[in-house]
Amino acid sequence: MSQKELLKVENLKQYFPIKGGVFGRTINNVKAVDNISFTVYEGETVSIVGESGCGKSTTGRSILRLDEPTEGNVQFDGVDLLSLNKRKLRQKRKDLQIIFQDPYASLNPRQTVSQMLNEAMEIQNVVPKNERRKRIAELMELVGLQPYQADRFPHEFSGGQRQRIGIARALSVDPKLIIADEAVSALDVSIQAQILNLMKRFQRELNLTYLFISHDLGVVRHISDRIIVMYLGKIVEIGDKKSIFENVQHPYTKALLSAIPVPDPEKKKERIILKGDVPSPINPPTGCRFHTRCPFATDKCRKEEPVLRNLDYMEENHQVACHYVKQIHDGEHKQVY
Amino acid sequence: MQSESILKVKDLKTSFFDEGNEIKAVDGVTFDVPQGKTLGIVGESGSGKSISALSILQLIDEPGKIIGGEVIFKGKNLLENSDKEMRKIRGNQISMIFQEPMTSLNPTQTVGQQIREAYKTHQGIGKKEGNKKAIEMLKTVGIPSPERRIDQYPFELSGGMRQRVMIAMALACKPELLIADEPTTALDVTIQAQIIELIKELQKDLGMSVIMITHDLGVIAETCDYVAVMYGGKVVEYRDVITLFKDPKHPYTVGLLNSLPRHDIEQEELIPIKGTVPSPDEMPAGCRFASRCPFATEHCFVNLPELIDIEENGQIRCWIYTDEWDGDQEVKVYEPERTS
Ligand SMILES: Nc1ncnc2c1ncn2[C@@H]1O[C@H](COP(=O)(O)OP(=O)(O)OP(=O)(O)O)[C@@H](O)[C@H]1O
Ligand SMILES: Nc1ncnc2c1ncn2[C@@H]1O[C@H](COP(=O)(O)OP(=O)(O)OP(=O)(O)O)[C@@H](O)[C@H]1O
Ligand SMILES: [Mg+2]
Ligand SMILES: [Mg+2]
Repeated sequence: MSQKELLKVENLKQYFPIKGGVFGRTINNVKAVDNISFTVYEGETVSIVGESGCGKSTTGRSILRLDEPTEGNVQFDGVDLLSLNKRKLRQKRKDLQIIFQDPYASLNPRQTVSQMLNEAMEIQNVVPKNERRKRIAELMELVGLQPYQADRFPHEFSGGQRQRIGIARALSVDPKLIIADEAVSALDVSIQAQILNLMKRFQRELNLTYLFISHDLGVVRHISDRIIVMYLGKIVEIGDKKSIFENVQHPYTKALLSAIPVPDPEKKKERIILKGDVPSPINPPTGCRFHTRCPFATDKCRKEEPVLRNLDYMEENHQVACHYVKQIHDGEHKQVY
Repeated sequence: MQSESILKVKDLKTSFFDEGNEIKAVDGVTFDVPQGKTLGIVGESGSGKSISALSILQLIDEPGKIIGGEVIFKGKNLLENSDKEMRKIRGNQISMIFQEPMTSLNPTQTVGQQIREAYKTHQGIGKKEGNKKAIEMLKTVGIPSPERRIDQYPFELSGGMRQRVMIAMALACKPELLIADEPTTALDVTIQAQIIELIKELQKDLGMSVIMITHDLGVIAETCDYVAVMYGGKVVEYRDVITLFKDPKHPYTVGLLNSLPRHDIEQEELIPIKGTVPSPDEMPAGCRFASRCPFATEHCFVNLPELIDIEENGQIRCWIYTDEWDGDQEVKVYEPERTS
């Protein structure tokens, strides 16, 4: 893997104001993404995992400025995305494409696939007009559909086929980075496997970079090079796939991994059952946001926010935000519940 | 099959009639739920899992209609029951948890009102006693401060808590059979783990039998004793859970298991099932899976195989396992080729 930084996110914050009162003033904020930083290198797949509402989609949307970030810095291929004006941003979007979870909602029902692909290429001006027809046929074949099907409307396709169309549209403008937000989550496993293979093949052949958002850790394990674990708007752990799965550090990630049901009835698993639900991102817990559910939490966790850090016994790229990782690792800090 | 089955579904057929077209959603479904055990139903989206479950309770609305078969619950065919008799059974002897809790909870009633209602209808229990029991039930399903929750409306609860309220309602009258349709699909894995533990515990305490509908083979492996695999409105394989995962026989089951990303080895490529589920008018007349099956012959496309016994408590619907199969092709169902 090359080590060229393709995407660099620094101190990204996305607060959604909550309006209230007679004057509709901002009375509070949903702290959907709260000061996160990470880098994605060219040609790799970085996944973002975490429970519903932890800010995965918001992160993706802020990078593309589909929601304007509250604060922070986003560098893409050396360009500061947040400083671009609308026109420049639109041009840049050619390089950053997104595939959404619900393929049906993200496709215009009144456009045939061919019209849609044509429009995408026209806006980005990537393929000369007289070659677009040919390119559309190529794209259809690339994603495993028949070229003649390009004249059909989205509702004439199955869910899996619509997801392929979403991929074809993303690929039509020759992007460098694709943000895939739960792109396979709604699909049957048999179809999911088809799409994952397709995405991997394109990555190899076109040197694509993926930011892969998913709550399915089985899929994430298959597709990722590196993994970011989020909890309530914060990154709690980040590292190479291998070290996350084999040398997991954060108590939250441990619980998350242990909760995945294993398709092997003879394997008995130790399961960490967390208490309670995820707290609200409007008034998130003080200190470490996970402390309300953490089996190891102490007073310190309630008061001080832990920062991401690497300890000498971990892999180089592996970072964890927990006051007690080392003590837990060494067996010196015991569970409280 | 099992000597002691709480439920035997035989050749159940439910269709939807749309402008003269018949959509055979459930097309001859047969399975057993052994007493006190959990039967898992797994299969492709649209294969008829939910409609099978709803048919058991006769909750099929127009333009759908149950057109054949038997649903034998404790020795009696429910399909011969009157509406009134069915109302007595639903929520009492047989309860159901629906996939989307918000659509089955009443948004205008508090949690307490809804659970009390179940006690009142089935056991004639009054408000005060009902309240006490409702609080107890909410505590059982792991809802913190139930005394306060009982006066809240569904929208005030998180997804995980709503699902637990649904379970509380379903279990209020201590049913003998619980049908759970994707009870955890909409939930996060950590909450899913809580709910699965809960259902298992309650099953042990109450001796309840369970039908668990899910598309997640991990959930199947962890919760079920027996599994019915469905495709195209039919059960294609019925095995005990250990045998199913160790020695899957139907090419569809094998395909499903192959499609999963493995957690023990690194794979560059997954092994999907080719193609997609055909639309009803393109569905093969023979084996429904033929168009996607790597082993299908012309015979398979035209002739429908029967569900046959292959072992005690094990059945399969596939020509490969019959005498008719002419064996000139080696059938490698067990260890399909893996692309490296
Ligand atoms: N436009 C918005 N206005 C207000 N709040 C929002 C908005 N978009 C997202 N949020 C809130 O921000 C938080 C993070 O949402 P986000 O969609 O990023 O979560 P997610 O991790 O993608 O979850 P899921 O797995 O359910 O998709 C949630 O609490 C959500 O309710
Ligand atoms: N009201 C309806 N009218 C017409 N067809 C219907 C109706 N409800 C269900 N069907 C059809 O019946 C078939 C079986 O549906 P069912 O809901 O049982 O699938 P399922 O196996 O539960 O799928 P999923 O995994 O997506 O929940 C589908 O092909 C569906 O399109
Ligand atoms: Mg999301
Ligand atoms: Mg269903």
